[in-house]
Amino acid sequence: MKALLPHPLLSAGLLIMWLLMQQTVKPGPALVGAVVAVLGGWAFALLRPDTVRVRRLGAILRLARHVAVDVIRSNLGVAQVILFRRKDRRSGFVRIQLALRDPQALAVLAVILTATPGTAWLEFDSEEGWLLLHVLDLIDEASWARIVQERYEEPLMEIFQ
Amino acid sequence: MSHAADLPLWAALPVAALLLLGAGLALAGSIGLLSLRSFYERLHAPTIATSCGMAFILLASMIFFSVLQSRLVVHEVLIGILLLVTMPVTLMLVGRAALHRDRLEGSPEVPSEPSPPEDRPS
Amino acid sequence: MSQAVLQWSLLGTQVMLGIAFVCCALRVLLGPRAQDRVVGLDTLYVNGMLLLLTFGIRSGTDIYFEIALVIALLGFVSTAALAKFLMRGEVIE
Repeated sequence: MKALLPHPLLSAGLLIMWLLMQQTVKPGPALVGAVVAVLGGWAFALLRPDTVRVRRLGAILRLARHVAVDVIRSNLGVAQVILFRRKDRRSGFVRIQLALRDPQALAVLAVILTATPGTAWLEFDSEEGWLLLHVLDLIDEASWARIVQERYEEPLMEIFQ
Repeated sequence: MSHAADLPLWAALPVAALLLLGAGLALAGSIGLLSLRSFYERLHAPTIATSCGMAFILLASMIFFSVLQSRLVVHEVLIGILLLVTMPVTLMLVGRAALHRDRLEGSPEVPSEPSPPEDRPS
Repeated sequence: MSQAVLQWSLLGTQVMLGIAFVCCALRVLLGPRAQDRVVGLDTLYVNGMLLLLTFGIRSGTDIYFEIALVIALLGFVSTAALAKFLMRGEVIE
């Protein structure tokens, strides 16, 4: 099982993508998709030997809910900032100290923070763990640091470590 | 547009609402791209079009084709996942490139050193 | 009834996306710096892709979806190459 599917999540994703593109679940296309999924898993195993170990489904769901809520809320917030210009709004850079070191968890955190309107990941110093963020509607730097650390970093540490 | 007459009203109304909402958000993002003042502020504008704006229009398309062809049409999810994963990557790359260029020019408004000032609480 | 609802909402959607397209094009033309143009181009292709999806709804065919998928793929590659160019001054090192 391990030899056939070294990366089960990746293979499952490839199979789903193949079926979505074909728009059918007939046995023929599904079989070709399964072959593509297995070959893709092998190819990926040749590229990088360490597998992603994802545990704690509950933590993943909680993080996904947080992200969905935050994306919708900050969409409205940024639209408000753009359409009704407030005079007292200021934007700026925030530095945040992260304890997270796992590269995959950091990649997920970077995608979350950049995909959320209003925050943009600019730079990360992997030795010291300093992250440079740009925030569109900066009210309080310490509260931003707390939001990132509590809302995203802790669930990610739980999931990946 | 003759095929749209086959669509029942209970499906047409949410499709119309989602389309208008998504396009409104995309328009807000693009206006922000034009009107915000500094580059780093403008970096936030596209994400609003690529998160909720895109999601609403894709959802409208999914509902429309699913009802019209009376089967589940969800291949728009592919575009959604693709954009959701690639847009942050490109914005991060452009942001880092801009930071690099600003530091080379010695621009005063970007933080220069990777190490933080000591007095700031973390 | 549903035809009128869809027709007018599609018209509104396409007009809004068209204005958004023009905003991005203006940002690409105005600059002022290269990174502004790259971000403008990035938003431009997303808006173009959304516009194609609405054309697909208007015509009721799947073919526009495939064009939109290709645009989403190529847009990512081109923006990544442009960002690399901004960083180093050359694409292939």
